[in-house]
Amino acid sequence: MPACIHELFVEFIVSVYHRHHHTYMHAFGIGLTGLVVALGYLMKQKNHHISLPLQLLLPRRFGITDSSFYVCGPALKDIKGKSPSLKFERRKKNTRPGILVRQLHIEEQLLRTSSENWCIINDGTNDPTIVMGFSGKPAELLEIESVLHDQVPVIRRFTGGGTVIVDHQTIFVTFICNKETVPDLQPYPRPIMSWSSSLYSKVFGGIGDFHLRENDYVFGNHKFGGNAQSITKNKWIHHTSFLWDFDVRNMAYLKLPKLAPAYRSARGHLDFICRLKDYMPRSTFIDKTVEAAGTQFSLRSLELEAVVTCSETEFRPSTRFLTNEELAAAAAAVSEQQLGLP
Amino acid sequence: MASGMLWASRAAACLRISVFHRGFSTVLKDLKYADSHEWVKVTGNAATIGITDHAQDHLGDVVYVELPEVGAAVKQGDSFGAVESVKATSDINSPVSGKVVEVNEELSNSPALVNSSPYEAGWIIKVEMNDAGELKNLMDSEKYSKFCEEEDSKH
Repeated sequence: MPACIHELFVEFIVSVYHRHHHTYMHAFGIGLTGLVVALGYLMKQKNHHISLPLQLLLPRRFGITDSSFYVCGPALKDIKGKSPSLKFERRKKNTRPGILVRQLHIEEQLLRTSSENWCIINDGTNDPTIVMGFSGKPAELLEIESVLHDQVPVIRRFTGGGTVIVDHQTIFVTFICNKETVPDLQPYPRPIMSWSSSLYSKVFGGIGDFHLRENDYVFGNHKFGGNAQSITKNKWIHHTSFLWDFDVRNMAYLKLPKLAPAYRSARGHLDFICRLKDYMPRSTFIDKTVEAAGTQFSLRSLELEAVVTCSETEFRPSTRFLTNEELAAAAAAVSEQQLGLP
Repeated sequence: MASGMLWASRAAACLRISVFHRGFSTVLKDLKYADSHEWVKVTGNAATIGITDHAQDHLGDVVYVELPEVGAAVKQGDSFGAVESVKATSDINSPVSGKVVEVNEELSNSPALVNSSPYEAGWIIKVEMNDAGELKNLMDSEKYSKFCEEEDSKH
């Protein structure tokens, strides 16, 4: 059972963002599992322009010497007389892979129970963690023996798509929207994917021959961003893991997937992927993502207490860790199959 | 040309098929439809449920279907399972309330049946309905065809 947000996120820190010298400091100590900086604007959809000041929220500290800050700009966009609102959460790096599961739980809960639109940007998790899609089969996708030997955590998430191995270098960006929010967007996989690529085209602005290629974000024909979605009756979520940098050794835990995009052309992991850091500074990428979102949504701040807390609803998320027993059983089943055993 | 088209519409009537004037999504006459693009075929108290041709066309190649347990309760408008296609999981919502009496196990090995035969071999669950009155909340084939047309023309 996931902990409440107020337990998970005990500090709510925003300080002034200075373009030229902001830093990220070390993640939380014992008992503290992450930060949420929840920023968003709740705008009624009215046919008038409102000018909002830059809003700052002062930190409440619990003896932790780290800081993370986020600036929310009052980007009010009058789109056909309506201003869809978007709430931003920027989460600090966390210390345990369990936090990634909790983030996915929160995303799943926001998708299923919140009526707001959200953007969540997370700065990665410290330990390498394998994240499989909804229907991923471990025996087909993972080098299970190595995974078990090295005790690499494996998560099955609630969205579709493939398998990634994420670490402190990864940047996660998530959009959760009501289906009417983006004008003229049909709530199906391909239109949403196309919408997302047009947003990120504003971020990259022609850098590195960025484009969407068969559901991946690429520079040229090298993948640096993996996408996944979940679509309900009234909302959709589109989240992306961006390969800021990666440790080549971690790629060894993943097999070549059977269902690979055609443009991969059977290339191994290292020939197929590239590093976002070779194209853009990290802070620039995050700033430009916020800026791009601001061209389509109005951003608004809200109180931490207004964020949904897991234990206050009956919602049960489906994202979870796979146990060692499950992984071992999957490996054993494949071995039996290969030996022709029943 | 005119006689050819007349023959085609007579054949379509015999086969209980009505076709969009644009012609790329099939809607069957005897079924009822939900606005979330599921169909239901009712015989007495028994309902067979799947997703429509419009839905499978927009979702793309289905690679996995999450089925409920036999015996599970379903409620009109609520999700009972999901299909995975491309990079997305998409909820399947029940057009009627009742109890699941059978699931299409074939979909575990051949999820693409949802694409190739959405109204026949690609059925997803069978339900024993507990409130036939709910059917009035659903669309007939003509209304559903118009609904899909309006949806597609808006985007």
